[in-house]
This record gives sequence, structure tokens and C-alpha cells, in this order.
Amino acid sequence: MQHNNYKVVIIGSGPAGLSAAGRAAFYDNKSPHNQKSHLLLESFNSPAKTIYQYQKGKYVMDEPGFLALRSPLEFSAGKREDILDSWQKGIEINNINIQYDSEVIEISGHHPNFTISLKNGSKVQSENVVLSVGLQGNPRKLGLENDNESQFVRYTLEDPDEFENKTIVVIGAGDAAIENSLGLIKQNKVHIINRRNEFSRAKQGNLNAVLSAINSKSNEFYCHYNTNVKSVILPNSNNQMGSIVLDTPEGEIVVECHCIIARLGAIAPRKFVEACGVKFPNDKPDSIPDLDRHYQSNVKGLYIIGALGGYPLIKQAMNQGYEVIEFINGNEIKPADHPLLEQQFKLLPYAMDAQRILELYQQRVPMFRKMNALAFRELIIESNIVIALDDESFEETSITQDQAMNAGYDKLTSLIKAGDYIFKQGNYSNSFYTIVEGEVELIKNNTERFVLRAGQFFGEMSLLSGRPRQASARASNDCILIETPRRIMAKLMNSNDEVAEGINRVFIMRALQAAFNPKLSHEQMNKLAISIELLEFKAKEIIYNEGEQGDEMYLIRSGTVSLSKGKGAQKQTTLQLQSGDLVGQMSLMGNPIRQHTAEATVRVEALKINKKQFLTLVQSNSNHIKVLQSQLTHLIKESNSMGSVVEASNTIKFLLDEGLGEATNALVINENLCVNCDNCEKACAETHDGISRLDRENGESFAGLHVPISCRHCEQPHCMKDCPADAIHRAESGEVFIDDSCIGCGNCETNCPYNVIKMSYAMPKKPGLLTWMFMGLGNGPGESLNPKIDSKSKESGKKAVKCDACMDQKKGPACVRSCPTGAAIRISPNDFVNLVDGS
Amino acid sequence: MAVNMYQSLLKYKKYRYLKASSILLIVCIVIYLSQGPSQPANGGTTQGYILGSIATFIILLLTYLGIRKRQYSSNLGNLQGWTSAHVYLGISLLLIASLHTDFQVGWNVHTLAYSLMLLVILSGFYGLYTYMHYPRVLSNNNTGGSQDVWLEEMSEIDDKIKEISISCRLNERLYVLSAIKNTSLKGGLFNQFKGKDYSKVREQEGNKKLVSNKNQQTVINILAQAIPKSISQSESSALNQLLTLFSRRQRLLKIIRRNLQIKAYLKMWLIFHIPLTIALLAALFVHILVVFLYW
Repeated sequence: MQHNNYKVVIIGSGPAGLSAAGRAAFYDNKSPHNQKSHLLLESFNSPAKTIYQYQKGKYVMDEPGFLALRSPLEFSAGKREDILDSWQKGIEINNINIQYDSEVIEISGHHPNFTISLKNGSKVQSENVVLSVGLQGNPRKLGLENDNESQFVRYTLEDPDEFENKTIVVIGAGDAAIENSLGLIKQNKVHIINRRNEFSRAKQGNLNAVLSAINSKSNEFYCHYNTNVKSVILPNSNNQMGSIVLDTPEGEIVVECHCIIARLGAIAPRKFVEACGVKFPNDKPDSIPDLDRHYQSNVKGLYIIGALGGYPLIKQAMNQGYEVIEFINGNEIKPADHPLLEQQFKLLPYAMDAQRILELYQQRVPMFRKMNALAFRELIIESNIVIALDDESFEETSITQDQAMNAGYDKLTSLIKAGDYIFKQGNYSNSFYTIVEGEVELIKNNTERFVLRAGQFFGEMSLLSGRPRQASARASNDCILIETPRRIMAKLMNSNDEVAEGINRVFIMRALQAAFNPKLSHEQMNKLAISIELLEFKAKEIIYNEGEQGDEMYLIRSGTVSLSKGKGAQKQTTLQLQSGDLVGQMSLMGNPIRQHTAEATVRVEALKINKKQFLTLVQSNSNHIKVLQSQLTHLIKESNSMGSVVEASNTIKFLLDEGLGEATNALVINENLCVNCDNCEKACAETHDGISRLDRENGESFAGLHVPISCRHCEQPHCMKDCPADAIHRAESGEVFIDDSCIGCGNCETNCPYNVIKMSYAMPKKPGLLTWMFMGLGNGPGESLNPKIDSKSKESGKKAVKCDACMDQKKGPACVRSCPTGAAIRISPNDFVNLVDGS
Repeated sequence: MAVNMYQSLLKYKKYRYLKASSILLIVCIVIYLSQGPSQPANGGTTQGYILGSIATFIILLLTYLGIRKRQYSSNLGNLQGWTSAHVYLGISLLLIASLHTDFQVGWNVHTLAYSLMLLVILSGFYGLYTYMHYPRVLSNNNTGGSQDVWLEEMSEIDDKIKEISISCRLNERLYVLSAIKNTSLKGGLFNQFKGKDYSKVREQEGNKKLVSNKNQQTVINILAQAIPKSISQSESSALNQLLTLFSRRQRLLKIIRRNLQIKAYLKMWLIFHIPLTIALLAALFVHILVVFLYW
């Protein structure tokens, strides 16, 4: 060491620290004094300890794809070893002044006189400190009895080859859990426990890999979704099996295993950071220190970058390393994703810099205010910015837009005309909208109108219930919206409690408004909404039993509920209710004894409304009681008429068991008319690139009704979750379809509970009729015998195919139109009554 | 969209094509009756010529169903409508063509065309009967399952039989294995149509040649006879299990065979209907050609 006083000391040589040191070294190399003004301190004996400790041969990803790398060190997706090698070389080439085995125990002093004390007793002086220590070494625990790290319960996994022919339970749904599982499945039986119903936190590549491993039949890999760990039972001795008790949607199960590996993320080394004087916004364990745009903490001259600053991705961390050195040197450079942001905002009528607009927007929406600035930035980049303009400016701006598109911009602000509909009532679109400027008018049934203003959001019903839009939305002049895709919003709700809470509360308020039309002030409603409980029921779970005393009712948020009378063999399904419907209101409007048993047919989320809350709601607007009463009368009539026909109720039960309760458009075949000609399948194949999307013969039958293997176009499509390419969409008219961007990962095939999606090569084009007739080449109309798959489609691999309800066919589904006997029909749950009543 | 699940092709849109065909028939009868006594009321008169043209047009329209059925993206009505119209127009053709002939027959190409048409319509009647009758029979036979379900259960049962037979004496083992091996579901459409069971099993005694095991009855009889004679408890238990499995197998085979038979019924008539139609078109062409040539 040449001297002991630096301009910047960087603590931690992870991706962020290395990159920062590289950039600092660049300036040192340029300077004529040939003096090192930077120092990189690493507590370990080699750089990038976290990555060094990754599994051997681990494939390291370079997400997010849209971001360019900005660092003197190289980085692209590749094997752990290659990446570490390239960084080792980078350290030499760039002349980085790195000092190993130097654990920092204290940072004291102020800018520009920080004193950094090392464990070996030496001290270093510096003007600035960059903290890039990451989160490693501080894993989050299970929070149960017996969760201390042991041979049985582990929080890391360095070498999966250490295990062979063992049963291992991996807990977590993040990248570490997935990577550990994948390393283990080759020679072990592995269970992975996911608290949620999808792997939304994982990186794209990991997502694909884990789902294809779950789909693959060649290994013993079991995924438990929506599952929590209830308790851990330690083995009696080291070589025996212990067990883990899981709370699954199907009930409690016990899995015997040799080892539990919990990968629940890490908690920031908060004590150390706080000791440096850095403040945290709250006491939550995952809270992140407040940083300014330059990554500077509340302590002047102390900068925090990388995972510790809330950004765990390698590329992002490396970019921050580069940028922080620029900031310390007084260079106001723009973050690497700045051009993307500029494109998003390009057509907005502001003279402001994109960064300023971003800050302004975050402040404008209360729900987003407390979000990490970098997370909000990502949200905006993944969203679509929409501006509504009057006719004249629309024309003008469209020209600018065209020009920009021709100049090679890939994403730009979207334009709509003021007064145009953003979506219409009944549409199946599902993006989420946040208003940042102007007003949006919501119009329900052409009569009820509400106006939403800047800071408010809408579209939460479709996001949470999967039902079509409940109202039309129309934008006022100069209104600016953030349109966020469902997938991004779901991810955000999973990771950010404040956003989830905000959306949930507004959902409850609006759902209550729709159901009860109360005349309460915003504050009263807000108070009520907070007091209402959101319950979750698993498929087949009983909500209440017939004969019980009940003093609450439920408002279904998602899923379907069936009402039945009687028990066992005498059980009769009399009605089924969907999201937006009330269940059990009779107990609050007359007889407190439950007249039915209410059961969740699929996973159900429902708001529980007790007597007091109900009275508050209805007393504020006594006119609405009549509406509620007539709704109830209708319900009672319907349920009684169904209950009187035993056969009908059994049929309904059959259809519900077949998942038609969550269907919006399903194919049903009347067996008494079907002549087995398979013309439906042929028609499907002929109108869909030679591949039939339905399997007529298979599927269940009951009482002359046959539900073939064919897409039900579910309310909340199971296939849509976890589509890494975001290739599955819902058309405005409701059809769920897969577009050309399918990468063939097979997630949807696995996620579909009805087996209606299959993976298939593209079929060869059929010859013309005459060529076929006279040359005998290929298959003729309606035939699909041993098609020859060409090398091109083999190369591009199998893609997911499913029914699209013939959304491109003018006159509707080909299967139905091609049935010579009228046996094939398509129905939605609303048709059930018709179906069983017909004769 | 209101759903009507129970609308057969005869009832299509409240008998739309029955009504249409009836009107057409009345018109044709009126045309026929409008002829004077001056000459025989056959195709030679103006009215007869008109009736002949109508009949020809109907035949072409009926034949077009074969093409329309394969025009999967066609927006020209739906196939149920076409089939419904096909049935009613086909029935009315019987009378219209007869009026056109003035009920004259002879050994000539004209009567050949007429008879071919009668055969086509006749086979069509049979087809209509199968379409109306057999779907329900098939549905009842399947009782909620499907051919694949039965075949899968069969193969599971066969695997179990093979496994259990290991604990039997060699002769019995070979016997049950031969029953599985020689179970026959094969045969072309005609065999399926007949529904005959060609299953065999080798004789247990003597020269062990294959004998009929129709309906798995032979093997069931032999197993039932063997149980009282078994020498150990394990053998008796194995034989009992085999008997249960073969009884289930017997039932499954019945269902599967019946399924194949019903499906054959639903297809078989087309083997007559379609070639006869082609023959009819050829004869019709000759009939028209001849009429014009020898005007």
C-alpha cells in the first residue's frame, strides 16, 4: 500500500464493488500521478464471495434483459467459473487495488474524513465510502421451533453432489431455492415448497428450468404450491430421516426427508449499517435504507449500492458501481436505463427530464410513494404510458410517433383520443391503470358514472377476479395513465405489501360499493374496508354448513362457490355463484339458519361481511335494501327450481367437478346426438394449422353429457400464470390464446388442471386439393395421418397449442359449426340452468 | 347466446327444412297435376322437364354436403343446418323424382338412375336411423367412460393377471396367458359390424390346440372348475383373484366390442351411401346426355 488516505474506499468486492473499483481504477490510471486513490476491501480471500459460493457449474443469469451493461468489467450470462475467471482477469487488467482478508468492523468519522477499522487492527482513511457488502451471510430463518441451522435444517447449499439418493425438501420460490433444487434432482428425490401459486420472483431462465423439471417425468421432483411449513420434526440421530409438516391446499401432509434446505432470502446486515449512522425507514426486517438518486445514504459521503440498496441483480449492481464513482467524481451521468425511460415519456407534453417525470409520478400516486425508487423505475419501464389527446394534437403527435418508430425506437408513449374508451364493460382485458394526470370516467351499465382523478387507479377487479371489466373507462383530455400488465402487477403485489394492501383496500371499497350502493363518506368506507376480512378457501373447502347458525355473509372476490342441500348420496347441488356474487346473505336478511352448504368449487377468495358491517352498509341507503331483497328472491327461486330436479343437480355437480364453474366458454357434447364422426376435431385442426386443440373421445361423461378435453377459457386462466414469454393473453371478448412468442417451456401445459394444452411441432402445410388427389402428397382435407414434421419446425421445437375459441373465425367456433348433428355446443356457467332444463 | 343442447338435426331451427321441403313438395305436386292428358306426364313434358331440373339440382345440392362437410372455415350456414336440409330434401327427392318419371319403369338407363337414387335414399334412411338411435346406445354402453378408459383398464388387468399367474402351476399359468394372447378385438369394419368374438384359448389338456374362448367364457369355466381342486391355499387364492379379473375382463371386452360395433353401425352405411351416390351421379349424367341426344 502506498499510502493510507484514499478518495474512495469500496467495501465488498461483489459485482457492485468490483465494478465501482474498476471505474475508480480507470480514473487512477488516467491520472498523471500514478497514485491509487481507491481501495477495494474484501473480507474473503477471493472476490465475489456470494458468487464464489454458488453451486459448482451454476449458470448465472444476466437479467434484466432490457438493460445494457455499463462497467469496466465484463459480464454476460454464463457458468459461475467463467464469470469468476473473467472478473479475476478484470481486476488485473484494470489495475484494481484490492485487499483481501480485510473484514471491516467499523466506519467512523464524516465526509471527507472517514476512518475504516479493519479486523486485523489496521485503519484506513477515506473521503468517501461505498458500501457494497450485499446480503450474504444473513439468511432469513423459518421462524419455527427447531429451525436452527443443523445437519437437518440448512440455509445454504454449496455442493449438491454431497447428496445422493436422499429425500430433500427445499423451501422457497426464489432463484436460490430453484437452483438448489435443480442441482439436487439429478440424484435425489426433491420437494420444493412454494408459499404462493407461482414462481413470480424467479428470473426468467430459472423459471423455465424449474417448470420444465416439474413437468418432466424423468425425475422425482414434486412442487407444493400455496403451501406453508407448519413444523419441523428433527430426526432422532444424524443419519435418520426427520420430517416436515406442510399446510397444503389439500390439507396437512407430512413429508419424511433427510434434509431441509430453506432458501428464504437474506436480511440486510442492518446492525452494522446502522452503526455507520445510516437510517432505515421502518422496522420491517426487509426494509432498505433510504438512498438518494446518487445512491448516497443520509450520511454524506457514504454510498450504498447493490443488494444492500435493494437491488439484488448482478447487472444492475454493476451499473450502480460504475455510476456511483461517476457521482463521487461529480459527473451527473444518467442511469443506463435512462434511454428506455426517455422513450416511455417521449410524447408527453413536458419539458422536464425523464428522471424528474419519474420522481413526479411516484409522488403523485400515494400507493407508489413508499416504493423503492428503483423498483418504481422498473415498473414504469415494464409498463405502458398512455396519453389521451384531443383530435388535433392526436393527429400531430401520431406523426411524431410514426417518425420515432421509423427511427428505430422500440417502445414509445401510447396515444389515444380523448373521450375514447380505454376499455369497455364486458371486455376481458386485464391490465391495471394508474392515473398520473387528468381524469378518467368510469361508466357502469350506461347509467352510473364515477370520476377518478390523478393518484387513483382502476382495473383492480379484473386483476384480482379475472372477470370481465365491470365498467367502461373513458379518458379525459390530456389524461396520462400508467398501464401495467397483469404479470408485472401480480409480481409487485407479491413483493410489496404496501401496494398489495392499497389495491386490496380499494378493491374492497369498490366491491362493497357495487354490491350495496351505500351512501357513506370516503372515510367511513375506508374504515369499513379496513375492518373487513379477506378469506381464502381451498378447492372443496366448506364455507358454511346447512343448518348452522350464521351471522355473516360473503362477497366472492374470485373463484366459484356451489350451494348444496343434503349430505352424502343425498347431496344436491342447487346453485353456483361467481365472483361479485353474495353468498349466505339470507342469514342476515331473515333466517339465521343456513339453508345450504356453501362449498368452494375452486380456490376462492371472499370478503367476510358481518352483521354490524352489513347494517352499516344497508342503513346508509335504505333504498338499496329492495334491490338486495329482489336479488335474494331471484336466488331463492333459482335455487329451488334447481333443487327440485335431482338429475339436474347431479348434472350441475358433474359439470362443476369438470371445472366448468370457472369456465367462460367450454365445449360440451350431447352424447345422445354425437355420432362419433370426429368432424369437430378435424374442423379444429383444419382451421388451426393442422393441430386439433380438442380431444373429443376422451374426457368425462355423465348423464349423456360429455366434456371433452378442450379449453374452458377459465375466469382466472391457470395457464396464464408463469408464462415466461408472456405469450398467453385474453382477448377482449374473453378468449384465452397463445401468441407466436411462445418459447415452448411447457409451463402452461403443467399448470392447466384440465390437460387441454399440448406441446406440438408445427404441422406441414397441406397440399392443394388437386395435388393431393392426383399426386397423393401429404394429407387431404380432414386427414392427419403421420404428418412429416420438417426440419425447420423441429429446430424451433415444440410450442404450446390450445383452443382459441376460433376468435379469428367470423361465425364462431369451427367445432360447433362443423358438427353435423348439433351435438357440440359451447357453454358458460350462465347456461347451466338452460342446459339441464332443456328437453 | 341461448343454448339449445337438445336440438336434433330433424328438429333443427324448429323444423325449418321440413317446412321448406313440404312447400317444395306441394309446389311440385301442383306442377305435376297441371299437366294435360295429351301426352304421358313424364320428363318429356315442360312440367316434367321442370321437375327433372329441380330433382337434378336437389341431387347436386345433396352431394355437395360431402364437400361442405370438409370446408371447415366456410361461413355458409352451419353443418347441422346442411345435414338437416340434406335429410328433408333427400326425402322429398323420392317423390319429386317419382313425379318426374310419371311412375314409368323399364330396362333402360333412365330407370337405372332412378333405382340408384332409390338405393341411395334407402341407405340414407338407414343412416338417419343409426344417427338417431345409436348415439344413445353408445352413451349407455359407455356409462361415463370411453374406449381409451376401458382399454387402459384392460391392460392393467392383463398386467395383474400376468403377475398373479406366476404363483400358479405352470399349466394354469400358460393357460391364462394364452387366453390373454389370443383375445381378439381385431378385424375390419365388417367384423366389428358383426360384433363376433374370435377370441381363443389353447386347450388345457390333450394336444393343446386353440379352441374358442368366446366371451372369455371358456377360461372362466376352467378357472371356476379349478378352484375346488386347488391343492394349496395360495393357489386357491390366486385362482380366485384370476377369476375375478377375468370376469371384469369379460365385462370390459363386452363393452369394448359393443362400442366398436356401434361405431361400425354409425360408419358402415356410408360405405353404401357414398359409392352409390357416385354411381347415381354417373347414371344421372348418362340419363341427361341420352335424353338430349335422342330428343
